[in-house]
Amino acid sequence: MKTRKITPYLLVAPYILHFVVFVAFPVIFSIVLTFHKWNIISPMKFSGLDNYVRLFNDTLFLKSIMNTFVFLLIHIPLQIFVALILAEILNQKIFMRGFFRAAFFMPVVVSGVVVTMLWQQMFAFDTGLLNRVLTTIGLDKVGWLVDPDIAMSSIAVMATWKNVGLYVILFLVGLQTVPPHYYEAADLEGANRFQKFFYITLPMIKPTMFMVIILSTIGGFSLFIEPYIMTGGGPLNSTISAVLYIYKQGFFYYHMGYASTLGLFFALIILLVIVIQKKFIEREK
Amino acid sequence: MKKLIFYTVLLFAALSFIYPFIWMISASLAPESEIGSLVLFPNTFTLDSYTQMFSKIPIGRALFNSILVSTLVTIGVLVFGSMVGYALSKLEFKGRELIFYVIIFTMTLPFQITLIPQYILMVKFGWVDTYAALIVPYLMNALAIIMFRQYFKSIPTDLLDAARIDGCGELRILFTILWPNALPAIVTIGILTFMASWNEVLWPLIVIRDESLMTMPQLVTLFAVGGRADAQLGVKLASAILLALPIMIAYLFFQKYFIQSMASTGLKE
Repeated sequence: MKTRKITPYLLVAPYILHFVVFVAFPVIFSIVLTFHKWNIISPMKFSGLDNYVRLFNDTLFLKSIMNTFVFLLIHIPLQIFVALILAEILNQKIFMRGFFRAAFFMPVVVSGVVVTMLWQQMFAFDTGLLNRVLTTIGLDKVGWLVDPDIAMSSIAVMATWKNVGLYVILFLVGLQTVPPHYYEAADLEGANRFQKFFYITLPMIKPTMFMVIILSTIGGFSLFIEPYIMTGGGPLNSTISAVLYIYKQGFFYYHMGYASTLGLFFALIILLVIVIQKKFIEREK
Repeated sequence: MKKLIFYTVLLFAALSFIYPFIWMISASLAPESEIGSLVLFPNTFTLDSYTQMFSKIPIGRALFNSILVSTLVTIGVLVFGSMVGYALSKLEFKGRELIFYVIIFTMTLPFQITLIPQYILMVKFGWVDTYAALIVPYLMNALAIIMFRQYFKSIPTDLLDAARIDGCGELRILFTILWPNALPAIVTIGILTFMASWNEVLWPLIVIRDESLMTMPQLVTLFAVGGRADAQLGVKLASAILLALPIMIAYLFFQKYFIQSMASTGLKE
């Protein structure tokens, strides 16, 4: 059955227009911007490679990238660990399974702004819940958000609390694809719980595992609102994330050319990490 | 014994997910002097925090803005996304593959690269401090297109051919035949888009300076980090609750759909 030739093009035309204006043009323009100095108000000035030279000497930007990686390195393993345990348990015959699943998932739907404001109180040094629990059981208070060595870990814990419900669901879906007779066979061989987990479950849920890693890597690279609200990037710039730093350069100092250079450079790092992860995944498959 | 450990872990986890929310609600209802305590039920309940918040920030207006923006973005994504998804899945035309790859490319493009130039576009269009800045850039969504394409592929083409013989136009086929048959996809994409739009905060922070145009997350964020709450915790928490409430209520009613929708984002990889 033939349709009029032009119809498909009319259907995709809005998308093409939107793509050209809001994706293609910005990508090209962002590259042009990296060779310029511009504060939007005065005319654009060609500046050669100045922005690139500045980037590689900008210790705070390099620190913000390191901070983002520190966040990822704590957040991802923690998230996988917690999500796997909860999913494993929920995969048993559990009373009120629906209730638990719904409870774990609740922070996923709530705005990061709310979660951050909430945890700011949990982490508060004198009045926060966590330190009160610690002092009650006779331990010292921890400077969750005021100690530069700890602050980023605290934010990573909070991000885990916010997102883990989603990953519990994803793992649960993965776990349900494991055929029960694998476990029955293992039982006959006398395998214990840990052997079953490492030799049957883990290899079977590899695809889910990879998906979880890639999803949370992409999420982690966009870390912004949590440090913006909680710490403003402090103490001692220990929680300033790359996106927060780009935001400050662009919309606080109006260094459009420089901020664009940072954005482009950071985006390349993100793509590189994702490509490496994907390569690794393909080899494993 | 094993079960006992399981339930202990589950209960502890559930408590750690629910307790903070309950604490936040009760703290917002307690007098400022009592918030310091972590007791869940304050001696006296008061709406002070809420009345103070309403007098300090235009939160009602922000609620209206958020509903308006998220609704229009969701409608746009559903209409435009299904149009493209339909063309890509059911119609033959030159350049179809190319467009598909363009969409995949858009999906993998980190937003950090387009953030600054998109802001400059808004300045040049004169869209800073307008609803257009909050809505137009979000009207298309690559993931939504891919999901529609995927779903439409599963609908038999015979159905469409029959309609064409009756003289239906393509748009009518899309909205009167494909849409009613694609409700699960529409619900999923609708929930995902609305939620993402409702919770978006970085972009509004960049393009909106006028308080009367701010969405809820932006207004609450600036209230939390700025000095206007006069360091009154209850007032800040009250604003956070108003921000969380609409989505939480929707979640309580449509929990199953929320969970399915969110889980399906991952499965499309």
